Amino acid sequence: MDLALAPETLARWQFGITTVYHFLFVPLTISLAALTAGLQTAWVRTENEKYLRATKFWGKLFLINIAMGVVTGIVQEFQFGMNWSDYSRFVGDIFGAPLAFEALIAFFFESTFIGLWIFGWDKLPKKIHLACIWMVSIGTVLSAYFILAANSWMQHPVGYRINEERGRAELTDFWRVLTQDTAVTQFFHTITAAFLVGGAFMVGIAAFHLARKKHIPVMRTSLRLGLITVVVAGLLTAVSGDSLAKVMFRQQPMKMAAAEALWDGQERAPFSIFAYGDVSKGHNSVEISLPGILSFLANNDPNSYVPGINDINKESQEKYGPGDYRPNIPVAFWSFRWMIGFGMASFGLGLLGLWLTRKKFLLPPALRTGEDEVPHLVLFKNKALSPRLTKLYWVVALWTLLFPLIANSWGWIFTEMGRQPWVVYGVLQTRAGVSPGVSQGEVITSMIVFTLLYAVLAVIEVKLLVKYIKAGPPELTENDLNPPTKIGGHDEEDADRPMAFSY
Amino acid sequence: MELHDVWFVLIAVLWTGYFFLEGFDFGIGVLTKLLARDRKERRVLINTIGPVWDGNEVWLLSAGGATFAAFPEWYATLFSGFYLPLLIILFCLIVRGVAFEYRAKRPEERWQTNWETAIFWTSLIPAVLWGVAFGNIVRGVKIDADMEYVGNFWDLLNPYAILGGLVTLTLFTFHGAVFAGLKTAGDIRVRARALALKLGPVTAVLALGFLVWTQADNGDAWSLGAMIVAVVALLAAIGAIAKGREGWSFAFSGVTIAAAVAMLFLTLFPNVMPSSLNDAWNLTVTNASSSPYTLKIMTWCAGIATPVVLLYQSWTYWVFRKRIGTQHIADAH
Repeated sequence: MDLALAPETLARWQFGITTVYHFLFVPLTISLAALTAGLQTAWVRTENEKYLRATKFWGKLFLINIAMGVVTGIVQEFQFGMNWSDYSRFVGDIFGAPLAFEALIAFFFESTFIGLWIFGWDKLPKKIHLACIWMVSIGTVLSAYFILAANSWMQHPVGYRINEERGRAELTDFWRVLTQDTAVTQFFHTITAAFLVGGAFMVGIAAFHLARKKHIPVMRTSLRLGLITVVVAGLLTAVSGDSLAKVMFRQQPMKMAAAEALWDGQERAPFSIFAYGDVSKGHNSVEISLPGILSFLANNDPNSYVPGINDINKESQEKYGPGDYRPNIPVAFWSFRWMIGFGMASFGLGLLGLWLTRKKFLLPPALRTGEDEVPHLVLFKNKALSPRLTKLYWVVALWTLLFPLIANSWGWIFTEMGRQPWVVYGVLQTRAGVSPGVSQGEVITSMIVFTLLYAVLAVIEVKLLVKYIKAGPPELTENDLNPPTKIGGHDEEDADRPMAFSY
Repeated sequence: MELHDVWFVLIAVLWTGYFFLEGFDFGIGVLTKLLARDRKERRVLINTIGPVWDGNEVWLLSAGGATFAAFPEWYATLFSGFYLPLLIILFCLIVRGVAFEYRAKRPEERWQTNWETAIFWTSLIPAVLWGVAFGNIVRGVKIDADMEYVGNFWDLLNPYAILGGLVTLTLFTFHGAVFAGLKTAGDIRVRARALALKLGPVTAVLALGFLVWTQADNGDAWSLGAMIVAVVALLAAIGAIAKGREGWSFAFSGVTIAAAVAMLFLTLFPNVMPSSLNDAWNLTVTNASSSPYTLKIMTWCAGIATPVVLLYQSWTYWVFRKRIGTQHIADAH
């Protein structure tokens, strides 16, 4: 079978599908692990039962989610070899190391301690059990660091040399690969964006229950935790996004010019709110823009010069030989906007929510609410929002719960598509990375298999999440309130006691 | 011993860890149909590996990641060459992981039955395919001068490799039955031992055939030594289970797996993936490996991380050391 397609087209689609899908589960895993650990810490410290119920509730959703993250992650470890064998041969000396570190250090950590956490409620003393979920959380963050260091090397290769004889890139400075500014800023941006996802998820689900006046103590706490997470993470995502943009203006000017559809370089470069470009003619036909903002984003100086797509393309042709060095401009332009738009919309709603639900000294005594009451939403002094507006806020919070996740996806699509035609920027083009021995038929087969399987699993997973979200936090049992005092559980007293959790 | 030789050994160690640990996981999966008589017994079996299967599977990811880092050419040729079998394995591992986690999350009969069927097949199929894959690696496949696999899917299904697949299937199932004997309580424990005793001789015959064939094709004195260890250990495992000594039997079936993996790697060395077309086109520890600098970093990482991993994974087994019987499985699912 031979379709009239460039050899890399199918492999790229497959990588896009499997990786974007995998990353739907990653940010929620990273953030929910830490938030669940935080709630469990509160339980261990205060012995207030609402924290334990919250831990159980969010922990359950976390587990349903991480199961998908784990299994779709297996494909990630092998698909470089499957569809990108020439890429693997060329970069394995460098790129393989962080991947192996990730498996040996982070994955083992995560997977072993999550088993201990899931099954350990009646086997481990309270504090050791708590330590397990923190270990899982550390594992998720470490894992993110290693894989982002590997990706950053593709964005901005450092610490290597080209071995002409072996025809490959070889590592010369691993520490630089791990600590270059691309890796550090990208890590910062990805982690904060992940917490934005978890925060908005918590807010949306808490709003769902509060609107129905159900499970109020747990959901009040969750709402508050979620809102604070959204606001702090949102702010940090913006700050880290700004630093990452500055790094990118330096390292991959083409990506940023494409993000702005800035065709020709200029001083006082504008930030486009909307643009419709004509790629073949190399300029925009319609454009609404704010002067000077782009120059400011790039260089902290609204009057500075920013190079355009056409300039950089010409430069690249001089440097790398004839060819088209432009990524897909509309994709880069719009994905950049959707990333910022969805992410910041969520941040804005979080900020509003935090103000509406403010407590204590900012609120007149008449509007303060107790542990068992749905908080009043107070926009202006001394007056709660009407029931209709209150309801509207809950509904909006629920329906925007996935906004940051959408922003995350577009962010990755922007990062990866914006780097094209390179797979390793300035070193290896994407089309040179595909597996020469793998037929189009094989790639199509695996693409169909993964797509269908992932679609089915998505339906199953979402239905399961909805079921457990609707069910709300579980009632606590004897087992929950009497954790064992020694490792292995209290079996001497009752050897036939059923396990607190079993598959 | 140069660093790429060290890494050849370390890759063998990672695969040994994987087959030892996920070996009994796969076995348990197969036993859910072979041994368990009802849902409760199936759940007893699944819960013996419940807290550990995920950590066990990471040995595979580590073997994959370490191969990528230490032998990029091997990683590239192997996984692009064995494309469709690997696809089937990945499919199974995805479904299997979800099946463990989601099976008990809904009370409906059909939901649970479907996931249980999935656990059986997605344990059985990779158990066979890993043997087929390693059979082909050892025997040599059509690799050209550019290190590209030029054979097709059906070339991988040759008698030697299929025998390898049957060996891994029976060996893992035996290993799993012994593990079930070690980890369960009550009636199912007795039947697990009886089943292991029946599976043992079949496993021994198949394994002996495969290992002798391997030795005859590519063996040397070292591989012969490993082969003898593997066979003796397997017989000892069968003898121990006959006497009801589950712990010893499990240790011996573990030694069998380790020695068998050692034998395959010994017959490979210094190749990592020989070409059946031309010896000059073999992938070897030298022409497939990474630079000494990368190998040095990887050695530090693996040298520190692997013992720590072994430590906390062993601790997990100690935490969940208690046998599980039907009385420990709560009804409320």
